[in-house]
Amino acid sequence: MRFVPLNAPSPVRSALVTLAALTAALLICAVIFTLAGQSPAEVYGTMLRGTLGDSTGLGEVGRRTIPLLLIGAGLALALRAQFFNIGAEGQLLLGAVFAAGTALFVPLPGPVLPVAVFVAGFVGGALWALIAAALRRVNVNEILSTLMLNYVAVALVTYLIAGPWKGRDVRGYIYTDTFPVSANLPTLGGSQVHWPTLLLGVAAALGLQWVLSRSTFGYALRVVGENPGAARYAGLSGGRVTLLVALITGGAAGLAGAGEVAGIHHRLLEAGQISLGYGFTAVIVAWLARGNPALCLITAPLMGVILAGGDILKIDLNLPFRVVDVFSGVILLCLIASEVFIRHRVQWGRQ
Amino acid sequence: MDNVLTEALMRALAVGTPLLLACLGAILNERAGVVNLGAEGLMAVGALAAFAVAASSPDANLWLAVGASMLAGAALALLHAAATITLRANQFVSGLALALIGTGAAGLLGKRFEGLPLFNKVADLSLGGFTISPFTVAALLLAGAMAFWLGATRPGLALRSVGENPAAADVLGVNVGLIRVLAVLGGGALAGLAGAFLSLSYRSSWADNMTAGQGWIAVALVIFVGWRPLRAIAGALFFGFLYYLQFRLQGNSPVPTEVFSAMPFVLVLVVLALAGVRGQAGNAPAALGRAYVRGER
Repeated sequence: MRFVPLNAPSPVRSALVTLAALTAALLICAVIFTLAGQSPAEVYGTMLRGTLGDSTGLGEVGRRTIPLLLIGAGLALALRAQFFNIGAEGQLLLGAVFAAGTALFVPLPGPVLPVAVFVAGFVGGALWALIAAALRRVNVNEILSTLMLNYVAVALVTYLIAGPWKGRDVRGYIYTDTFPVSANLPTLGGSQVHWPTLLLGVAAALGLQWVLSRSTFGYALRVVGENPGAARYAGLSGGRVTLLVALITGGAAGLAGAGEVAGIHHRLLEAGQISLGYGFTAVIVAWLARGNPALCLITAPLMGVILAGGDILKIDLNLPFRVVDVFSGVILLCLIASEVFIRHRVQWGRQ
Repeated sequence: MDNVLTEALMRALAVGTPLLLACLGAILNERAGVVNLGAEGLMAVGALAAFAVAASSPDANLWLAVGASMLAGAALALLHAAATITLRANQFVSGLALALIGTGAAGLLGKRFEGLPLFNKVADLSLGGFTISPFTVAALLLAGAMAFWLGATRPGLALRSVGENPAAADVLGVNVGLIRVLAVLGGGALAGLAGAFLSLSYRSSWADNMTAGQGWIAVALVIFVGWRPLRAIAGALFFGFLYYLQFRLQGNSPVPTEVFSAMPFVLVLVVLALAGVRGQAGNAPAALGRAYVRGER
């Protein structure tokens, strides 16, 4: 088997290969479900019925889509700059921490407070990502550094909610007091879809697409990502691009964290309850969109179905929530393994 | 006093054993030029496979259980080999996918083993009043053997050449693809063995997420020890000692527990930054992380 490079890979070929990769991933997952003693048809059927079958399910999908869209759009940008940020999970948590700190301890008048909460969330996430960007300057691989920072962020949240920020009237539980009512975000009737954050996500997807394809910074970013040598030759600073990309992706993840605590939980609580691994799932959202922030408008709801479906499987079929990791991992592997087929055609036999 | 020190050393060795095994595995495939960040997932499936075999009957064969863990690790690593060597996918991202698949599949398939007791655990050896797991002894011997094998034997040289300059190795008739695949499988088997230590000896039980980030630390350790098997012993001992301190100081110190649970990860960052500043990345195999395509530079 040999790979022959194609001159101009077509978008149609790209779409078809992506679809084939998704199909292969679902088949591999089916094999794993069979090994776990579950009928794949029942698993997939239960997931689809529970998520897309009624308005409650759709609301759950919507709720999961919000952080995936925000983080995914940012990560799509990072992907194009070849900055592999795997730490969106930690950046989301830091955003939640900064947002909760603002909501709990900064006395601000009603309408200003939600805005301040979002700003604080952005700052928290961006700062956490900047650590990784700074470490990359001294040749520390950002995949490792952002991953380590995830664990540190979890410890920080646990420390805060069990220690200095522990609520006054929560007794044995470990979480903070509830936020003042004016910090809470409005939701779409009956669901947990906090629409202000959703709007931010849509704006991020469209805005970052514009930045990527129409702005000077986007051009510099693409050059740095696709050909660092040429970028250096043209005088484009890779370090500056990385720093800005970290700021944007980390900030977007921080916004998602602010949205989760202000829109759904109304308090800071355990890391595992704030995020269901949105940071990792959003990596797949970005890869599925092949680095196009706007395409995350399609791929985020798709992964939202899988996250919401994980909940349904836990309740209906008593499967551990880890199912979601299996889906995420297999889809990611199939996606990156399929990339070669976009840019090459396969020739069988010897030369 | 002497006793306290020896006790600390023995505990650090025990806690550091899975780090050492997984780190040796990662060194094996990185010296051949393939990064595999999936140790966390490989350890998870190894731990589960070993426990599943050992818990199947009260007199289950423990050698079989250990073998199953290595087989499971190698099987998962085969996915990585196919994706990155045959299909030239990004090695870093593929490793991440592997970690997700491994921890996810282990959590899914292992649910029925949660909380089960293990009657037939791997017995500790007694050594001058102290106990030591056979896994620890094996890991130490393996580090020595690997250092010798990589440095002083023909197949070891072939493996290193594939990681340093695959094009030159190819010209000399070395089968680059095959050696890389074998190195990845070997690395997976060793990470699986690290998991078996956790479920058969150290914890002698199975729980979801029992690897708790140790796989990631092992991967980072490779850079810290400069891709050298013997130095990996010191690295694993260092982090083992850190975990030991965490157990000892927890509860009887004014410092919050969370500081201790975050410490290994913070230290990895510090250590990686120091290695970066000192330019240690220069010790990395020259072709690390890049797919080899004949005729392409």
